[in-house]
Amino acid sequence: MDDNTIVCRCEDITLKELRDLIKEGYTTLDEIKRALRLGMGPCQGNICLDIAAREICKMTDKTMEEIKMPRKRPPVLGIKMGELAGDQDEK
Amino acid sequence: MKSKAEIVIIGGGVIGASIAYNLADKGMKDIVVLEQNYIASGSTGSCGAGIRQQWGTKMNCLLSRKSMEIFENMNEILDTKRDIELKQGGYLLLAFSKKELDQFKENVKLQHRYGIPSELLTVKEAKEIVPQLNTEGITGATYCPTDGHANPFRVTQAYVEAAQRKGVEFYTYTKAEDIITEKGKIKKVITDQGEIQTNKVVNAAGGFSKEVSQMAGIEIPTKSERHEILVTEQVNPILKPMVMSFSYNIYCQQTPDGSFVMGYGDPDEPESHNIKSSWQFLEEMSKKATHLLPFLKKIRVIRQWAGLYNITPDAQPILDEATDLEGFFMAVGFSGHGFMIAPMTGILMSEMILGEELSIDIELDLERFENDRLILEPSVV
Repeated sequence: MDDNTIVCRCEDITLKELRDLIKEGYTTLDEIKRALRLGMGPCQGNICLDIAAREICKMTDKTMEEIKMPRKRPPVLGIKMGELAGDQDEK
Repeated sequence: MKSKAEIVIIGGGVIGASIAYNLADKGMKDIVVLEQNYIASGSTGSCGAGIRQQWGTKMNCLLSRKSMEIFENMNEILDTKRDIELKQGGYLLLAFSKKELDQFKENVKLQHRYGIPSELLTVKEAKEIVPQLNTEGITGATYCPTDGHANPFRVTQAYVEAAQRKGVEFYTYTKAEDIITEKGKIKKVITDQGEIQTNKVVNAAGGFSKEVSQMAGIEIPTKSERHEILVTEQVNPILKPMVMSFSYNIYCQQTPDGSFVMGYGDPDEPESHNIKSSWQFLEEMSKKATHLLPFLKKIRVIRQWAGLYNITPDAQPILDEATDLEGFFMAVGFSGHGFMIAPMTGILMSEMILGEELSIDIELDLERFENDRLILEPSVV
């Protein structure tokens, strides 16, 4: 993959941005998530977090087993606030 | 890990980082910060990211106004690598009764005394600032155009990096486990990664302030409780200020990236360290928010989370040195507004620790809770 490959589609983050951050010393997904907003979009990190985990392993001596996934937060998919509020006409 | 330090700061949130930076900036050497997880992993990183100056006590007004001046110049002061994402879209505070509006009038008088550019608004004027607002039941409002938002991770990281350039060492994933004292003096801090000899400790442990104080044998009247937040998908900018009400119990702001961040305080929330999300919050929050700002009905919630408020009986922080333990400093109990007053807190604590004259006369000592000198902050969510 080249540097311009988008690794997080929700936040438009490129592989270069991710690699630069790992070089800076950000080597946990929790730290990367908060610095880049990676995994904070509508997909909840389903695409990008695995890619980021693999990049950390490639660039450091960590193994996939040592990489901790950030805490999963609800909801799994986006829900309109009107639906959550129980508005019949929003369904 | 160092085996000796001039001072050990427990807590790598925005408060600990701000204190560390200000101490190093004044020339102190051998400063160590301990963080049990990663930087800003506790209350700082889960906060609502708002910065407000419209307060109801002198202390909170002064701390927040002077902190805002620093936020306004933070990128330059700290030579930040990544912009702190300051957005000054104002805070619109809504009153829902005559009594609440009367309190607002008092607050505005107080705020003006300390140089905060807030103003009292009629319902019509409030609607001009937020045209989408459902004004049902609203009796009036106050507005401060320079209130707003900053990114808590970026701000904390900016303090950390500026402090590191001045020699401060941050040990992340390192938990303080005990503080050893002898005859009213601190000897060392024991961590899960080793021991550090020191005579000075700062408790900046946020949600764990009580536990850290107890390590040193000091009892403090702080309690932690869960506060939940949700965030929506990103949309074009449509809401300029933070919309907030104490009686209706809500805050909601559109952040610079376009998402809405909102929360409310559950009056029945028990004291705990629970930071799990609840479906009850999701439902109640949606009802409250869509009633006040109906356009939110069409916007999707994408994530919810929770963090800890560390609350004192008067909703104002404790900034003090323990009387019974020399060198034990506390910057705790921020009651949900630590992020927004962190810049000034760092300055004041560094002055207190170095024995300098304080740049603000603060009345935030621990003894106030025993002597019944409490000045209750009326304006909290």
